[in-house]
Amino acid sequence: MQRVPFSTRTFLLKLRKNKEQAHQQETLPLLIPWSMTLRHFIALCCCLFGLLSLQAYSAESSTPASLSVNQPPAALAPLMLKLTQVKYSKLLPVLKAIEANSDESMLPLFRTMMNGDLYFIKANKQLVQRIEVENQDAYRGIFSQQLIANLSEQAVSKIKVNNRLRGYLRNAIARIQLTSHSAEVRRGAVQALLSSLDEDTVATLERLYSSESNTKVKEEMGLALAINTALQTELPNSTRIAAIERLSGSLETTVRNKLNQLTYQDNPDIKAAAQAALTKITQRVERFGFLNQLFFGLSLGSVLLLASIGLAITFGVMGVINMAHGEMIMLGAYTTYVVQLMMPNYIDYSIWVAIPAAFLVSALVGILIERLVIRHLHGRPLETLLATFGISLILQQLVRTIFSPLNRQVSTPSWMSGSWEINPVLSLTMNRLYILAFSLLVFFALVMVLKKTSLGLNVRAVSQNRNMAKTMGVKTNWIDAMTFGLGSGIAGIAGVALSQLTNVGPNLGQDYIINSFMVVVFGGVGNLLGTLVAAFSLGIATKFLEPMTGAVLSTILVLVFIILFIQKRPKGLFPQKGRAAE
Amino acid sequence: MKIKTLVSAIALTGATLVAVPSWAADTIKVGVLHSLSGTMAISESALKDTVLMLIKEQNAKGGLLGKQIEPVVVDPASNWPLFAEKARELISKDKVDVIFGSWTSVSRKSVLPVLQELNGLMFYPVQFEGEESSKNIFYTGAAPNQQAIPAVNYLMNDLGVKRFVLAGTDYVYPRTTNKILEAYLKSKGVPAKDIMVNYTPFGQSDWQSIVSQIKKFGSQGIKTAVVSTINGDANVPFYKELANQGISSEDIPVVAFSVGEQELSGLDTKPLVGHLAAWNYFESVDTPENERFIKAWKAYKKDPKAVTNDPMEATYIGFNMWVDAVKKAGTTDVDAVEKAMIGQKFPNLTGGMATMNKNHYLSKPVLIGEIQDDGQFETVWETDSTVPGDSWSDYLPSSKNVIADWTSPINCGHYNTVTKKCSGEN
Amino acid sequence: MSSITQYFSAGRTSGKHTLPFVIILLAVTALACLSNLYLASDSALHVSTYSITLLGKYLCYAMLALAVDIIWGYCGILSLGHGAFFALGGYAMGMYLMRQIGDRGAYGNPDLPDFMVFLGWQQLPWFWHGMDQFWFAMIMVVLVPGLLAFIFGWLAFRSRVTGVYLSIMTQALTYALLLAFFRNEMGFGGNNGLTDFKDIVGFSLQADTTRVSLFAITALMLALVFVISRKILSSRFGKVVLAIRDSESRARFIGYRTDRYKVWLFVFSAVIAGIAGALYVPQVGIINPGEFSPINSIEMVIWVAVGGRGTLIGAVIGALLVNYAKTRFTAILPEAWLFALGGLFVLVTLYLPKGIVGLYTQLMEKRRPQPTKESNA
Repeated sequence: MQRVPFSTRTFLLKLRKNKEQAHQQETLPLLIPWSMTLRHFIALCCCLFGLLSLQAYSAESSTPASLSVNQPPAALAPLMLKLTQVKYSKLLPVLKAIEANSDESMLPLFRTMMNGDLYFIKANKQLVQRIEVENQDAYRGIFSQQLIANLSEQAVSKIKVNNRLRGYLRNAIARIQLTSHSAEVRRGAVQALLSSLDEDTVATLERLYSSESNTKVKEEMGLALAINTALQTELPNSTRIAAIERLSGSLETTVRNKLNQLTYQDNPDIKAAAQAALTKITQRVERFGFLNQLFFGLSLGSVLLLASIGLAITFGVMGVINMAHGEMIMLGAYTTYVVQLMMPNYIDYSIWVAIPAAFLVSALVGILIERLVIRHLHGRPLETLLATFGISLILQQLVRTIFSPLNRQVSTPSWMSGSWEINPVLSLTMNRLYILAFSLLVFFALVMVLKKTSLGLNVRAVSQNRNMAKTMGVKTNWIDAMTFGLGSGIAGIAGVALSQLTNVGPNLGQDYIINSFMVVVFGGVGNLLGTLVAAFSLGIATKFLEPMTGAVLSTILVLVFIILFIQKRPKGLFPQKGRAAE
Repeated sequence: MKIKTLVSAIALTGATLVAVPSWAADTIKVGVLHSLSGTMAISESALKDTVLMLIKEQNAKGGLLGKQIEPVVVDPASNWPLFAEKARELISKDKVDVIFGSWTSVSRKSVLPVLQELNGLMFYPVQFEGEESSKNIFYTGAAPNQQAIPAVNYLMNDLGVKRFVLAGTDYVYPRTTNKILEAYLKSKGVPAKDIMVNYTPFGQSDWQSIVSQIKKFGSQGIKTAVVSTINGDANVPFYKELANQGISSEDIPVVAFSVGEQELSGLDTKPLVGHLAAWNYFESVDTPENERFIKAWKAYKKDPKAVTNDPMEATYIGFNMWVDAVKKAGTTDVDAVEKAMIGQKFPNLTGGMATMNKNHYLSKPVLIGEIQDDGQFETVWETDSTVPGDSWSDYLPSSKNVIADWTSPINCGHYNTVTKKCSGEN
Repeated sequence: MSSITQYFSAGRTSGKHTLPFVIILLAVTALACLSNLYLASDSALHVSTYSITLLGKYLCYAMLALAVDIIWGYCGILSLGHGAFFALGGYAMGMYLMRQIGDRGAYGNPDLPDFMVFLGWQQLPWFWHGMDQFWFAMIMVVLVPGLLAFIFGWLAFRSRVTGVYLSIMTQALTYALLLAFFRNEMGFGGNNGLTDFKDIVGFSLQADTTRVSLFAITALMLALVFVISRKILSSRFGKVVLAIRDSESRARFIGYRTDRYKVWLFVFSAVIAGIAGALYVPQVGIINPGEFSPINSIEMVIWVAVGGRGTLIGAVIGALLVNYAKTRFTAILPEAWLFALGGLFVLVTLYLPKGIVGLYTQLMEKRRPQPTKESNA
């Protein structure tokens, strides 16, 4: 009995407070505290993400994009012309010739070509770069950077590139960039060249090594030279072994591959040294591999958490077996799509609009469902399954009719793409990192809403003892609608996050509904903390099993584990206690 | 929009219900058996529209044999037993003369016994594993030798790839294709340790571990490529993960057999430029036929962004060949049309002629394209001439000596050239 | 409705509906069979083979709905995984049919089914042995689902897993099996499942007579299962089951080992589902892992709810009606049938809380005043 935290005294206090505010709240009872929470919550989200993304932006702006050099040397003109004439299977020698006869001034050409934006004007064979001006294709001179007006798509022709050319261009750019002004760029260039060290590159590196002023770049160059030294069979053993020892501190994959090669050589000293270095590296790699796997697990857990947290409200707190939960997620994802459609030039900011929009859309649909259907099914939880299943079919077909059955394209904002490379063997993908942070944020925001706001108080009151709450003056009808709206809205937010990871299509919800139920039940129905723990432990378990058993078997094993676990603890990880549990 | 469809659907049904007996003799009925709901709707619904568009065009040209063509659309709802039931309904209840339908192999396998029992005719427009030839089905999609083998040749010869990851969804198409590829690669001297095979369940959405495994496998100093037979829905998260883990097409190119323009339309392709796909058709191929087809499709869909893809071309070729075969036979009778189909030629949308072979497979050109940032492919390689579809792969021990030939004297879908025996019930 | 009324109403209707139901079912079946076999196909009264197969499928679903209703409607155990038992029964039958193909498969291998040749398997996996014998396969049809239900039920009911926890666990069970059967290494044909069957105990599956016989057998089995269930549920055992539904702890405190009752009822229900699956496979011609999909299992529950849970006849009516609606809608409104079906589910829950059968009883009760009114209070 004393386990029920909601004592009569709280009820009475609550009642008094309600009475005091009654005259203000007549029109929109409970909506006011509700919208306050929402605002706070959004503000919180914005703060955190603003901080994170600011960082990303500043990192980006520190590398200036282009070098403005006006004209190419005249000697290259025939080669430029050739670019426009030969088939792309024969382009490689032309590019090599260009690189041999040029310097940094060719960078814009190589970059443009690598990006597949290199065109030439059919009439005068002038090379141009395709750019986007107000969502329209436009062309400008490669070297002059000046916009060429009135060029239609038919007047230009593309200089095609394929993988092989792109690979060459990437290295060529790196080679040119070895002499860049920015130390960061130089470092990147050396790293890019590590895996393809040929004589010319080594010679260049040797030349630049002595004059390099930046220690980090120098270190990187030293590494590249050490690789080269270690491989030179004509050098004395001592020099090579020293180089190998130098290599044993590096995690670069190239280093490992080269050392691996060395272990197959005849020279016993070198072989032993390489083996030792390799063992040392492998140990470190394995440690980082473990961290990487842990991150994968946490990331999967965060996805599960996001997907199930809304259900923890509608199913866990309200007891509605909400089969339409997945569709609420789907609505959130589609909202992201629509938001991006409406602001195509501000994709980077679209997420900020999408999160509140998705919350509102899903919450409103949720409230609508509650008012129209679920309200009539109180005390019949199993029948909510039937009704919400029907609703989920309708919603799925609705988006199929409105948006077509095809997947929709949702772009990833630039600050969310790519990965954060901690070292060559451990890199965390940005989108998953953000989603991990976001899921925790949403979780704690929700806990705050339930613990600290009057809405939360009412929600808990109604879920624990509806009749008592009613007699104390809680408007249970409204609370039900708001709770369902809250759960659905959070599912909508989850949809925004999932749109960054997976398909945005009519089946999106179906893919997550079963897992969501599993997580909520495993954690213990009605317990938010349980949902958190369950999501992360299932995520981590799956990811640690996966390398051993394969993706399918790991999922099966986890399911079997849940089934057996529930036999041991029939009410989940964190069972509800007291009368409310019955 | 929605209400309109609903009303028109009801009106259409009403009309059909009332008018069926009087129309029956005056129209040629074409069944459309593509999922419009469920997991496969993503891929299949476009094919339904393709058939409807082709029928509309044919009717505008005056129909067929002086009659109008009437489509009968049903929804098998991505439910495989329902495919069999709906096929039975189309043939025995609606009395359709031909069915255009199916996407997955299992749906085709489910329909096959019904077609054989009721002697129906079906056109199957999707790339698949081969290893089948039925008198009642014409396969207008690519067989493994029209997609996978040329793609691997390209990887080895043009990109110098020596190490392969064969990644697929765990079902029969990837299994067979990978089996064929493994045998083929080994015959080309690729050692077993340089081939990694990985299978994932349908709708796999968490690719972190697998992509990182691929990355590890691919960064051992030997040029590596991924040959992907990953199915439809799982591709979007797969490519997103590839992009985010920084696997670029220059380092580890991915060549896919199930990723076309339509799948790419659900993806931001900027980080994927340079990854490859092998098909018999790309929307970007510049021919007058293709331009006309794309224009008609966009007009029909009333969507300037609508894309075309390989299975749509396969449907286009199949439908037109059927029309020609019916004209040639002068009847829609299944046996007569089946005979008239063999040897039919029809221009591909990408140039050249597609020919229907004796084994009910098409001869088609093979194209390899690189993904561009606008969601289209750019052809980087193509076969000099058309490649005939091989119904029973030469690289599998169980079907090495087997051919299919639906002309006399063999008249068999599974004929062993060594024992001179025809097996299987055909 | 108070629990006491439920108790009595279930007991009261027990004998009342059984006989008419069995008579109607068998009469309709006989008529349909005769008309298919002996009437010319252009006759207005002719029932096409297509309809016969379809009806046969519906009856299998009806049997399955009956299985769900026995545990949900009578014992309050909501299983969201009954598709698993159905599919296991189906697979047992499918394996038998697969072995019957013999060397008539595409590869002509007398021992191995096509898909095994295809995957390069050299010999039959151990669990396929014996499946070429009809009697053995039929034992498996009953045994495999029964055993799984026993193990699962024994674990779950003994540790008193109840309510939604149990429902979600059954869902996890069928989901795990779905994933397992999808794997090609399992030796059940992976995603393609088992198909291309030729004949059953020597009769060609494509012959009309075989189809009609299968349909007739299904109808007979349904009638049999119906009668047996009725008998069991109105026996002393059945009364305890009802008591468990209405208040499990009370029944336990009185001294009944409620877990045992639940386990045996669960096993009985699973066996019925398995038989339904076995009858289903030769009629639709394919069995694949899709049958394990959790959505299918949810649909079964919906048939029961639409028909009226807690009445055997309701389960049958619900299954027939919903599936007929599905067949019609997918043909008439291929683009919009999900709206219609979804709408139907919502409306039924809102306006027919006791399903169609409940509506019927309501109407009947309105017509004549209830003499036993005071016992309800």
